Amino acid sequence: MSNVLAVCEQRAGALRKISQEVVTGARRIADALGGSVDALVLGAGPVSGADQLARCGADRVVTLTNAGFAAYAAEGYAQAIAERAKAGGYGAVVLAAGAQGKDLAPRVAAKLGVPLAADVTDIVIEGGAVIATRPVYAGKALLRVKITASPALVSLRPNVFTPVERPKAGTAETVAVNVPAGRVVVQEIKAAAGALDVAEAPIVISGGRGLKEPANFKVLEELAAAFGGKAAVGASRAVVDAGWRPHADQVGQTGKTVSPTLYIAVGISGAIQHLAGMRTSKVIVAINKDKDAPIFKVADYGIVGDLFDVIPQLTAEIKRLHA
Amino acid sequence: MKIAVCIKRVPDSETRVKIGADGKAIDDAGVKFVLNPYDEFAVEEALRRKEAAGAGEVVVVALGPAAAQETIRTALAMGADRGVLLQCDKIPADGLAVARVLAAELKDGGWDLILCGKMAIDDSNHQVGPMVAELLGLPCVTAAAHLTLEAGKGVAEREIEGGVEVVAFPLPAVVTADKGLNEPRYPALKGIMAAKKKPLDVKPVTLAGTGLEVLALLPPPERKEGRIVGEGAAAVPELVRLLREEAKVL
Repeated sequence: MSNVLAVCEQRAGALRKISQEVVTGARRIADALGGSVDALVLGAGPVSGADQLARCGADRVVTLTNAGFAAYAAEGYAQAIAERAKAGGYGAVVLAAGAQGKDLAPRVAAKLGVPLAADVTDIVIEGGAVIATRPVYAGKALLRVKITASPALVSLRPNVFTPVERPKAGTAETVAVNVPAGRVVVQEIKAAAGALDVAEAPIVISGGRGLKEPANFKVLEELAAAFGGKAAVGASRAVVDAGWRPHADQVGQTGKTVSPTLYIAVGISGAIQHLAGMRTSKVIVAINKDKDAPIFKVADYGIVGDLFDVIPQLTAEIKRLHA
Repeated sequence: MKIAVCIKRVPDSETRVKIGADGKAIDDAGVKFVLNPYDEFAVEEALRRKEAAGAGEVVVVALGPAAAQETIRTALAMGADRGVLLQCDKIPADGLAVARVLAAELKDGGWDLILCGKMAIDDSNHQVGPMVAELLGLPCVTAAAHLTLEAGKGVAEREIEGGVEVVAFPLPAVVTADKGLNEPRYPALKGIMAAKKKPLDVKPVTLAGTGLEVLALLPPPERKEGRIVGEGAAAVPELVRLLREEAKVL
């Protein structure tokens, strides 16, 4: 029997949604190992939403409090998590592979002296060992690895481990931890214009060179707005390199790899390095003038046509659906 | 400023991945290898810092096969002063094993700054930089898209979901570079010629695994053949119907 530690995320005292995915992944491992799930929350005080973690399978919710933990404190968090992981004798430790987890998980790995399987999209347990599958070459291939160290440390790709209802007791426990917050200090978080990140959005609408000029991204932003806050606007490398869109929006091998429920590629021909970044999307729609564009090879549904006719029409239809 | 940059030789991003005969790695026959794009930002940043300081040394360190000497030469042609190749047959998928070898080389180097790319575009491990920092006991900022250094202190901006995190840290430190940090220079002919004469140390290393065993490298699942719904704006109602009733995503 082996218990699993699910490291959750909060921002400004509120639990981030991705935490439910972490607990869901941890639950899957714990069920296979016959253990329980401890959800770990770090904050300066109580974190709102932590009580919801029982619904997706947390047997216990442990909040580690420290005056220096209000914002992400890389070194303090890593130390507190590593100490907890050691003291609790967990068989596996699970984090999210978002901006924070990508920064934090390697530090925890180095402190524990165990390898890290990062950005994992699937986990199975065989003979008590965690076997993780992770996209490499930006999704052009999958690497399957077996973790023989303990605890098995994995970070989960966002949007893959869909939260499922698995109600558990979710006993709450708060422990004050006495560790220094560390030398790396978050001074401020500047909010981006679009609140939703392409890596986390359930719907991504990406534009490429077919948009012709930066100002025309407005048609994609209007479509995104029609989805009522569920959609983010992404971009191909060509338009990011041309300075039309920020790098944060780039989908592809040198940008972000995304797996939304719905991916709409608009005026994107489908270079191999772009396809690599979005091919794990659940449903792909392509809108392109060129019927031979490679993007249609990976799209579930395509419309051949001028995006400046098609997108406003689509925006109107989506608005009607949501009306 | 004395700056170390960790770099990696990776297949170019346009590479079509073919699984090798052992089923555990790519078949690299005919593959074009390049300096990892994120490491280019790291090298460029190091050169700019040295230039701004008016003095110092930029040392590039790579783990990899003998062929990675070419990758080091690319960084030397950009302007780095010398290179170190930690030579091994194959770079393992185990990021901690890699970080341990790099940290052993960098330890006691008296660096003001250690730069890395935020990730390599082949194994997308996204972990070696912060692991090196942890092993050396140095502060670390990952995925920096903007960096200011002054009087032994640094401030970096890193992208997080829905915003930008502004992070302060003391030097010496490890910083990993994101796209946007700078615009890397192309090596000039003069630089390419000079690079041939710059020192490049080759040191054989042995890596010890930390408990991550590669079982298989697999092709990604095939996507089911899609279809063209129609042409132009007239096809939109049918597309929306399919998304609702067939794909059930609306």
